[in-house]
Parts: sequence; C-alpha cells; structure tokens
Amino acid sequence: MSVLPAAPPAASVERFSPVGEVALLVRRMGAMCLVELQKLRHDRTELVTRTVQPALWLAVFGTTFSRIHAIPTGSTPYLDFLAPGILAQSALFIAIFYGIQVIWERDAGVLAKLLVTPTPRTALVTAKAFAAGIRALVQAVVVVVIALLLGVGFTANPFKLLGAAAVVVLGSAFFCCLSITLAGVVLSRDRLMGIGQAITMPLFFASNALYPVDLMPGWLQVINKVNPLSYEVDALRGLLIGTPARLGLDAVVLVVAAAVMISVASALLPRLARG
Amino acid sequence: MTDPVRTQGLHYAFSDHVAVAELDLALHPGEVFGLLGPNGAGKTTTIRVITTLLPAPPGVVTVAGLDVARHRRQVRRLLGYVPQQLSADASLSGRENVALFARLFDVPRRERADAVDSVLDAMGLTEAADRTASTYSGGMVRRLELAQALVSAPQVLVLDEPTVGLDPVARSGVWDRIHEVRRETGMTVLVTTHAMEEAELHCDRVALLHRGRKRAEGTPTELMDALGPDATLDDVFRHHTGDTLTQSGQEGSMRDVRTARRTARRVG
Repeated sequence: MSVLPAAPPAASVERFSPVGEVALLVRRMGAMCLVELQKLRHDRTELVTRTVQPALWLAVFGTTFSRIHAIPTGSTPYLDFLAPGILAQSALFIAIFYGIQVIWERDAGVLAKLLVTPTPRTALVTAKAFAAGIRALVQAVVVVVIALLLGVGFTANPFKLLGAAAVVVLGSAFFCCLSITLAGVVLSRDRLMGIGQAITMPLFFASNALYPVDLMPGWLQVINKVNPLSYEVDALRGLLIGTPARLGLDAVVLVVAAAVMISVASALLPRLARG
Repeated sequence: MTDPVRTQGLHYAFSDHVAVAELDLALHPGEVFGLLGPNGAGKTTTIRVITTLLPAPPGVVTVAGLDVARHRRQVRRLLGYVPQQLSADASLSGRENVALFARLFDVPRRERADAVDSVLDAMGLTEAADRTASTYSGGMVRRLELAQALVSAPQVLVLDEPTVGLDPVARSGVWDRIHEVRRETGMTVLVTTHAMEEAELHCDRVALLHRGRKRAEGTPTELMDALGPDATLDDVFRHHTGDTLTQSGQEGSMRDVRTARRTARRVG
C-alpha cells in the first residue's frame, strides 16, 4: 500500500481575502471546465448529434431563404446574417438543459459531494455556468466550420474571434444559470424538460437570430429588447460578420444578466440539493 | 484532545416531522463510529447536518472543534464524504474522478498527481485508473468514491451506507480498505449502516437511533452483553426499535427506499 496524503494539521479558523476568493473562483472554474473537456474527449456522440440541427438550419433554411430573398438583410447575404444567430441558438440549446444535469447530479449524490467541498455555492454555480460555456464553445467551433463550408464570410481577426468566444461563454453562462434556477424551482427532471422545451423556441423566435428587429411586430420588439439572446446575437453578428452592433451595450447586458442569474441560481442551489 | 465530531442536543425537524431529537454524540479520535437504525431513524439527517448540507444552529455541532454553523468552509476541508448513491462520474476515468476532487480541495498542483496516484493505489485501482468509471464493478466504484473522499487527507471520513447493494466479497474489500486507511492515517470514520453484522465486525462504537432519538450507545460488545449472554447486535437492534414493520409512517420516505434500490440496482 502506498503512502496516503498526510492529514492536515489541527483545524484553525481560515481568513478569507477578496483576492483569495477570486483565485478560488478561478480555480473552481478551471476544474469544472476541465471536466467538461474530459467528458467530451471520452464521448463525442453528443457533439455529433447536436451538430445536426444547426447544420439543417444553415444548409436548408439558410440557403433556401438566401435564394428567395424573403428576408431583407441589406447588403449582407442572408446566410451570413443567419450564421451568428444559429451559433447562439446551438449554445442556447446546450445551456438551457444544464439544469437537468444538475438534477441528475442531485439524484446521484454528486451534488451533495460537491457541496461538501470547500467551495462557496456561488463559485460552484459560476464554475458550472462557465463549464456550460466551454461545452457550448466546442459546439460553436463545429457550427463555424459548417458555416465556412457553406460560404459564410466570417472574420479572420483573432481578437474578434476571441471576443465572439467570450460572448458565447457569457450567453451560455446566463442560460445555464436560468436552467439551474428553474431546476431549483421545479425540482424534477420531467418538469424541467417540459419547461426547457416550452421556453427555448420562444426565446429563439423572439430574438434577432432569424430576422432583423425592424421586421418584427411592435410587441415582439418589446420582448426582443429584454431577451439576452438578442444581445448575444447582435454581438456575434458585429464581431463575426462586421454588421453594425452595439458591442458595449451587448457586453454590459450579457455580463449583468449572467451575474444576476448566477446569484439567483446560487440562492436556489441548497433548495435543489435538499429537493 | 478535541472530539473529531461532537453534537450537543442536536434537534432537526422537517416542518412538523422531527427527524432528529436531542442527539448527543462525541466521536473519539481514530475510531470507526457506527450510526445504526431503521429507515427514517435520523441517521442521514444527522450526517447531512454534520457535513453542512443542512443548516445547524450555532454551538450544536462541531467538527475538530470548529462550529459547523460558523465555519462551514473550514469544516468541509476536514471532511471526506461518500453519499449512499453511487456518485462517481461514469463518463470520466477513475483518475479524472479523483483529480477533480483534488482540485476542489485545493491540493497543491505539484503534489496533486502523487496524491491522486497514492489514493488510487491505496484503493487497489491503479490498473483501472485510466478506464472510464462506467466500466467499473459496484465494489470498484465504491473504492473509487473512497479515493475521491481521501485525496484531500480528511480528518473525518463520513460514509452513508457504504456497502449497500454490494456482494459479500466487494463489501469486505471496501471495509478492508477503510481499515487500512484508518491504520495508516489515524483518521476518524463515521458510518451509517443497516447491516448489524457489519457494525459488529467493523465499528469500535455504535449509536442506535430510532425515530430521531438515540436509544443506545457503546461498543457492540457492551450493547450485546447488556441484553444477555447470547445476544447479537440484531437482537439489540430489535430490542430498541421494536417490530418496525408494524409502525406507521415513520420508516423513511419513499425517496429513501428509492435511493437505496437505485444504488443496489447500479452496483448490480
């Protein structure tokens, strides 16, 4: 038998500093993101199956509507206009069902084990949110490759690509925490699956992912204004295909929305764990 | 010397259902302490309070002298916890499962690989370390979970029904590892179990809970001797809990039973 790690010295009261707390948060995010990448390395099935839907949206819907010119997008080809929207959609579809994974983790005892580690609830939720972002980012790379194969003219500017990656991660973090929040309210997988399906398409259709905001009826424009997906799409479009975008506003909305939703999901995590 | 775990008058209720009432416990350093009792006796609630999963009032529960109500995060650093369910991530390898907990317990980067290797070795999982946990047998998964709990070198190891659903060989394999670790590190082990023969064989002291209250406490030998010359721990259990099949509505929730069955099914 090998020598086991030595037990720590007798307990003493720890002191927490703001810098230490940020460092802990970064370490937890790193640990959770690494786990997502390890899972993807072991099993790429989900990566492949989740590619089908965005591929269909781009190859069928996108190319068809490009040809018939049904949606006016100015000088930007419709397929180029659509691609950032589908990128955001595929990230949304991954993140919005993350709460189901957390409920599974509760039922399997994983959540209890995670909650007995020296990790504040907020750090745990933030780490999970950004882990969802990493998974969405891997998916986004696949969608970008499909879009490039279909002739979409994405930027090659590395800074803009990095910015787009940050936008995908932030958007996914928001929707992941929305999903964990809903999980903390409904507490069961079946109910969350139903709610996830019920809100995903409305979020998508009430955004600027498929058509310019100007074409929407007035009431839909109001919903679009409070829909974080629209800000994600706007930023992706501005960064990836160079259309006019309010990047500063988009970034602020996404950061604030993610921060608020992380706080709400963290508050509900103990209820979910007791569930 | 400070008690590794101490509860004084622990009382916990879920709305109007009292799960634990006036519970006093004091674990001795380095012992294996068994919490025994039928379903719904309050064992898991007690463990969940000690592990900070349920809130405790100040001054009622301490771990290594730290109040769990005031110093949750420090208390968690001192604990290794294995829940009743099979909680290893089947989609990760054994090594990745353990490394995750090394990171979550802030094992320093330069020591991490050695710490992970040594606990995997201690649990007899070195050869299987790079296979995904989905290929492990039930006994191997339990040993993997022990490795996860031990990688941070806890002072107190908390095990909730660690052998539920395992065959006798896997069961003794798990207990052998627990005793080896205890001998080597001197850590204290708090374990819940329904299996009286396991408690008799492996626990230094036990407390018998029924309907949230402690009905007896001592070494298995003391409890058996108190009942009669030929008494077993099973007899002690029956003596203090009565015929639990005839009691109404106090034997644990459907969720408890479902959890135990799901775990038993997963370990095959």
